[in-house]
Amino acid sequence: MDRPNGFKFVGTRPDRPDGMDKVTGRAKFGADATAPGMLHAAIVRSPHAHAKILKIDSTKAEAMKEVKAVVTRADFAEGLTGENWNILENVMAGDKALYDGHAVAAVAATTPLAARDAAKLIAVEYEVLPHVTDVDKAMAEGAPVIREGAADKSVPDGLHANVVRYHESGHGDVEAGFAEADLVVEESFKTEATHQGYIEPHACLGQLGSDGKGELWCCTQGHFIVQKTCAALIGIEASQLRVTASEIGGGFGGKTTVFIEPVALALSRKANRPVKLVMSRSEVFRATGPTSSTSMDVKIGMTRDGTITAGEGVFRLQGGAFPGAPADLTAMCAFAPYALKNVKQTGYDVMSNRPKQAAYRAPGSPMAAFAVESVIDELCKKLDLDPVEVRLKNASKEGTKSSFGPRFDRIGLVETLEAAKAHPHYSAPLEPGQGRGLSCGFWFNHGGETSVSLSLSEDGTVALSVGTPDIGGSRASMCLMVAEELGIPYENVRTTIADTATLGYNDVSHGSRVTYASGLAAIKAARDVVNKLCARAANKWGIDKEAVIWEDGCAKPAGPNAGDFEPLPLARIARTMGRTGGPISGHFEATPEGAGMSFATHIVDAEVDGETGQTKVTRYTVVQDAGKAIHPSYVEGQFQGGAAQGIGWALNEEYIYGEDGRLQNAVFLDYRIPVASDLPMIDTVIVEVPNPGHPYGVRGVGETSICPPLAAIANAVSDAAGVRLTELPMSPPRILDALERQAHG
Amino acid sequence: MSMVHVTATVNDDEVEFLCDPRETLLDVLRDRLGLTGAKEGCGTGDCGACSVTVDGRLVCSCLMLGAEAEGKSIATVEGIADGENLHPLQEKFIEHAALQCGICTPGILVATKALLEKNPDPTETEVRYWLAGNLCRCTGYDKIIRAVMDTASDLRKAS
Repeated sequence: MDRPNGFKFVGTRPDRPDGMDKVTGRAKFGADATAPGMLHAAIVRSPHAHAKILKIDSTKAEAMKEVKAVVTRADFAEGLTGENWNILENVMAGDKALYDGHAVAAVAATTPLAARDAAKLIAVEYEVLPHVTDVDKAMAEGAPVIREGAADKSVPDGLHANVVRYHESGHGDVEAGFAEADLVVEESFKTEATHQGYIEPHACLGQLGSDGKGELWCCTQGHFIVQKTCAALIGIEASQLRVTASEIGGGFGGKTTVFIEPVALALSRKANRPVKLVMSRSEVFRATGPTSSTSMDVKIGMTRDGTITAGEGVFRLQGGAFPGAPADLTAMCAFAPYALKNVKQTGYDVMSNRPKQAAYRAPGSPMAAFAVESVIDELCKKLDLDPVEVRLKNASKEGTKSSFGPRFDRIGLVETLEAAKAHPHYSAPLEPGQGRGLSCGFWFNHGGETSVSLSLSEDGTVALSVGTPDIGGSRASMCLMVAEELGIPYENVRTTIADTATLGYNDVSHGSRVTYASGLAAIKAARDVVNKLCARAANKWGIDKEAVIWEDGCAKPAGPNAGDFEPLPLARIARTMGRTGGPISGHFEATPEGAGMSFATHIVDAEVDGETGQTKVTRYTVVQDAGKAIHPSYVEGQFQGGAAQGIGWALNEEYIYGEDGRLQNAVFLDYRIPVASDLPMIDTVIVEVPNPGHPYGVRGVGETSICPPLAAIANAVSDAAGVRLTELPMSPPRILDALERQAHG
Repeated sequence: MSMVHVTATVNDDEVEFLCDPRETLLDVLRDRLGLTGAKEGCGTGDCGACSVTVDGRLVCSCLMLGAEAEGKSIATVEGIADGENLHPLQEKFIEHAALQCGICTPGILVATKALLEKNPDPTETEVRYWLAGNLCRCTGYDKIIRAVMDTASDLRKAS
């Protein structure tokens, strides 16, 4: 750590800089932008899960005087390959509609109502094809093939054409390990697809001229990737498209790609007017990023003293109509919390007639933890062992060879387990009918391409530009880190999310990377500024730059030998910078690779109503390693948000498909995310085991918080109900089924 | 389709607008009156992001037609602050970090203001049930509930 004397600003809880905008309603989100002459667009979507598109007739729509443009696949770039082709195929169907809700055409008109009316007039002729939406059925012999030739070389011979990626990793000899065990438990699990459930539907406002120059405003986790992808999909040069990220109303991984943005641009190019396109909620459910659904088998061997002798897992992920389900990540995360001599994990990425899965907070990891941590819980119960002690005994630590290959650097799993053990929740008595569950969780965290800029104003305040949209209060942590480095008040730093023309490339706000990577870059850019400030002071004093240090917001002589000069505060240097060498700004561009890996331990109490099958979470505690909490309130917020989403995933949320392959619950009434009256307060413990890869020790915190809940809640519910629950969500019908099977079993 | 002429009061200002009879009050607020503080999260009355009050009663503005606003008094998030002074709820939401992305915040503020006017001393359970129609996907509600309870306590002390 670079701060042996501790921090002045980091670790405090100031008001977020965008707080006033957000509580007064003036913050501008995706759908809040307008432009002179703006048109409104609507998308025509397939009502079929799988169908050949025979004919699209837009004559009647185009006859409406309000209609200014209609686009189909023919209006997008041709000859794309690889992932760009996949994205385009998802944005606008080609020869086939691949899922219920797949876009097939779009229209722009003078009002939103006219656009919707016109969309209804576009006649699409389909030849309906057999479909499949379940992962196990999609892999089975005879399942309809979503797309021939979609598999890559990783897939072994003999598997169904819908298996498009294959992953295998591990070490040791699992069979030998199982032979050493006193008890081996093997169980199969299923989880349904869930949606990220951000409250803000996708929205954008695009303008593109026939000169190939464009402007795009949209809600996204990463406007640079939007720029790159849109340019490719509509066939223009990336630099000619300037993308500005709006305030973003939640993403959780689901706003890391494009859906409607290229469509708005294509319509705009055709109409030569700005086009606004906003999804309805049902479009969000039907056509944007749910998670994979999964089918998993996990087998673990344990000795009587709680040592895990071997672990083996098979993870099948349904990823929708395109390759890309995170089967590899699921497999790699599954056994990561444990130091195992023998471990083997296999992952299958399987296509089906569902929307293309998108990242959702630690993609793949929560499902793996559900399966593995449930089996560990079962072993603890059968061998009468304490679940924390067993996990401590087997916990990964610095130097452990991970289940997925590399050795761990400094990590904080043991510290989270110790803190959970010491927490009053763990030893609190349970009420009759309640059960307690515990689980660990793991996520890699990510660095990614990052570019920031910091500029001084003559009044001594500074402006930081970052390229990572602020989803959960990251402006506050950026300001804190810059204030810390420069030694100026937090309020004197303003952080802006800069557009694509203002900064170098920035990866998406994902992988829990923003406070880590943009934060690291902001610190380095501030140090760049400090160097320049010290040089100006040295110049003024006529001494060597090396003889000047920066302390408490002032340039000072390094020691008595350097000379006797009054400290020069930042504001004084800034005031005269125009005459002493010109504007002062700092920059940093890099792809930092030291994102510290992250672990958490969650404790949950739940009670199950045997009559109705309803589960109530009565107490919840999150313990997670944050490395260093820059703004603890927002770290706690990430912990609580991940836990709440996990509660929804575990108990209520699921994609329900009918026999016809159509999504049956594409509204919030039927796809029920947790509401305030469903939840208890969510207690948090921030553990700080510094990440050696960040100047202040920061680890990303956003994603790991959703890794343990599915398993922790399943373990609590199984404890309360007296029967092991192996399918998510544990909705009342599934719980009643399990209770009935138990009674008759 | 012919437009409907409507006169109403929004945040104490008299407004007049023409709207298509199919337009919702939310459409009118956002697209005709430029008040984009109320958000459309679902369009089906399930998320509460479009919450406003109509003659003092909490409603989802996506479930009411613009034409039905004739003669009514509507209050939106834009009218909660008193000039440059934030309402205590707004201050507490910032202080407690009771928002992350902020998209649900306008609706939750409108809803909680209506709650505290009706019930200045709510229990945690009452707050949770009152807000059960306002979805927040980021926070797990913990800090929101704390901000509301803390505001209520301060307002009681002040009165």
